[in-house]
Amino acid sequence: MEDLQQFKQTYFDESGEFLAVAEAGLLRLAPGNVDLDEVNAIFRAVHSIKGGGGAFGFSELVAFAHEFETVMDGVRSCTIAVTDALVNTLIRANDILAQLLAHARDGTKPELGFADPVVVALRHHAQTAADAVQESPAPSTPATNLPETVSRVVTVRFQPKADLLMTGNDPTFMLRALTHLGTAEIECDVGGLPTLAHLEPELLYLQWLVTLTTDASLVDIQDVFEFVSDDSLVEITEHSADGASPTASPSETDEAAGGAVTPGLAPATRTEATVATVAGAASPSQLALYEASAPALAAGDSKAAAGKSSTAGDGAHLNLGGHTIRVDLDKIDRLVNMVGEMVITQAMVAEHVRDLPPGQFQELLEGLEQLAQHTRELRESVMSIRAQPVSSVFSRMPRLVRELSSETGKDVVLITAGENTEVDKTVVENLVDPLTHMIRNSIDHGLEKPDDREAVGKPRTGTVHLSAQHRSGRIVIEVADDGRGIDRPKVLQTAIKRGLVQPGINLSDEEIDNLIFVPGFSTADKISNISGRGVGMDVVRRNVSNLGGRIGVYSAPGQGSRFVLSLPLTLAVLDGMVISVGLERFVLPLTNIVESLRPKATDLHGLVNRCDVMMARGEYVRLVYLHQLFGIPDAIVDATKGLVVLVETEDGGRLGLVVDEVLGQQQVVIKSLESNYRRLDGVAAATILGDGRVALILDVAGLQEMSQHARSPASRSVADAAIQLPAL
Amino acid sequence: MEAVVKKKVLTVDDSRTMREMVAFTLKGAGYEVVEANDGQHALTVLGNDKVDLVIADLNMPIMDGLTLIRKLRATPQYRTTPILMLTTEADDKKKAEGRAAGATGWIVKPFDPSKLISVVQKVCG
Repeated sequence: MEDLQQFKQTYFDESGEFLAVAEAGLLRLAPGNVDLDEVNAIFRAVHSIKGGGGAFGFSELVAFAHEFETVMDGVRSCTIAVTDALVNTLIRANDILAQLLAHARDGTKPELGFADPVVVALRHHAQTAADAVQESPAPSTPATNLPETVSRVVTVRFQPKADLLMTGNDPTFMLRALTHLGTAEIECDVGGLPTLAHLEPELLYLQWLVTLTTDASLVDIQDVFEFVSDDSLVEITEHSADGASPTASPSETDEAAGGAVTPGLAPATRTEATVATVAGAASPSQLALYEASAPALAAGDSKAAAGKSSTAGDGAHLNLGGHTIRVDLDKIDRLVNMVGEMVITQAMVAEHVRDLPPGQFQELLEGLEQLAQHTRELRESVMSIRAQPVSSVFSRMPRLVRELSSETGKDVVLITAGENTEVDKTVVENLVDPLTHMIRNSIDHGLEKPDDREAVGKPRTGTVHLSAQHRSGRIVIEVADDGRGIDRPKVLQTAIKRGLVQPGINLSDEEIDNLIFVPGFSTADKISNISGRGVGMDVVRRNVSNLGGRIGVYSAPGQGSRFVLSLPLTLAVLDGMVISVGLERFVLPLTNIVESLRPKATDLHGLVNRCDVMMARGEYVRLVYLHQLFGIPDAIVDATKGLVVLVETEDGGRLGLVVDEVLGQQQVVIKSLESNYRRLDGVAAATILGDGRVALILDVAGLQEMSQHARSPASRSVADAAIQLPAL
Repeated sequence: MEAVVKKKVLTVDDSRTMREMVAFTLKGAGYEVVEANDGQHALTVLGNDKVDLVIADLNMPIMDGLTLIRKLRATPQYRTTPILMLTTEADDKKKAEGRAAGATGWIVKPFDPSKLISVVQKVCG
């Protein structure tokens, strides 16, 4: 507790989870669809964020959370009606809360007054409800609106020991705390009062019988008497049926602890003798009795009740905690890294052993075979630690769809499948942007307006399917809509207008569809608030390709379109093709490779002062001599004597890489070049091959860029890197 | 809506962090909070200021929490004032000692802010 900092991270982590809980709950909240359990969960989430924030002194956050919580409390007690406007305000409030948390985490100041509009809206909702309560002649109704299924009747008999007040305890506060737990009917037994002459003003002569209709647990009720239960009589009896008449009087079994009560006459001083029958928890007028002696703040009521709720929440959290542990990501990454090293070492050993004379070291070879298998399993297990279900990203999409639906006036249903598909944490994090764009695109451009849909015989409500699945070592995510499909004539026209396509060229349907990914295409004439976030599909494709992924679109006019995104399951290993240039080895990501071929001299053409091109399958492809680009000596200079590997970048550009030899396919462990050396153009990362040599993993898009500029700018750097890397 | 008179709480602890956490949490819940470094300091503060609740750490330099509680209970003005003691874990022996000295109740450290608020409300409204 001395060092608050150590709790902060936990607080932010937990708060993130709370925000997600609140958001999920709010998205399901709708007029006529009010699940009190869910409302309670939202309340608890906000309350817990507020509580923790208080501990760390995030005053703005606490102040805002308080406004939020007040309204949620109103919803919870059914004094605030659930309307669309309210839900929208609450969702915005959750956003603001997230932003305030981010500011608190980063130690930055939020813009002055940025939360004000939402605060005003929240207060408006709270105020409307308060007015309604004021007007209502029977203010104790709210609690009775609660479904009776969860509530039950508990009687509490409380007979404090006579000198209870001497310890600073005050029965009125305990009774008050009980009223926070539900609807309380409090009867005061004044029979123990002595005559005035015998009355000790500082002793207690009263006892109480409280009939409590509550959904609170017995522990919560016992907790109220935590400090006095040792020496006062506290008897809690539970009655099974709801609505049962609370006639049950306490059984006389537990009389032992009861404080001796001397007979007398006059009223006790501190405990108002007027407290005869007090009913209702939320009614201001009835609480006034207590308020007189307890001038608490306006929100005091909700606080006490909230305290209890959050305790219940902690309990739930603890249950979950039994199956999971929180581990610093760095630790896992170190582990992944070590296993990566082990895989390399194992591969090296296996390679050395291959040269041993056969038959002589049978046991060693068998042992190594087993080692290889265990290493593989270990690697998979470790990789799976970093794996997370995509549900954390999928769960954000209903919100997006909801917003888009209201902005565009289109009715949309989102159907998701495969939320539990797991993929590396980094991949999951990087999914948000592309998914957001794909769904925006589907709703904004794909789906028609309800009337238009009806006109072509479709249901008025459009459907967007979002699914994830594992397919051949990759995760494939699809966004499919049942809209009008891609308007090919319009796309082609736009592309021609922007100079992306020569007029008169014949393009296949698929080629036209994929024009939307070409840079410069989506600077649309009408930048809508939705798709026009200043980021086009080209940027999406580039980001996806940076992760080793691919994105494509398939469309059927009038029936809809389907975006398909495929990503590697992990960013720690890569399927690559090992190639050689001179004495150097390089790895090309398999996803980039189209084919490799040995060109005939007639296929090659030189362009004046520029570069060579090659005719491959009826298309001119620019040739890139890797030996030239990286300044590698003793390499094959003549493409007809070496090989040309045809590679394709994600935006469709093709290159022919001139190499000496293709050595074979291999799964390699990716080592960051940036963290071990520095960034190099044309190089994505490095790896260590089975023979212990460092090989650079080529970045095809980077090579393409380089080849368009000057020649061999990176030659020295690669030589340097090759010298430095073995010391990794 | 806001009540005019705020309840005043004295937090007595030799750890500034602890005092500030208590103070912040309770201020957020609408209480007025005054602070003291130890039992002796608390008595000085209480000499000038009437409070509705005292939250005292037990292990403090100069004057420990139990001594403070006994001294307060011997002072007519504070004979029935709620006093909560801070204990480091659910230590029954310490609780018994505290109750014998006249403590109203206890708060176990480390505490959840909402728990602190609910306990405080339980003893002083």
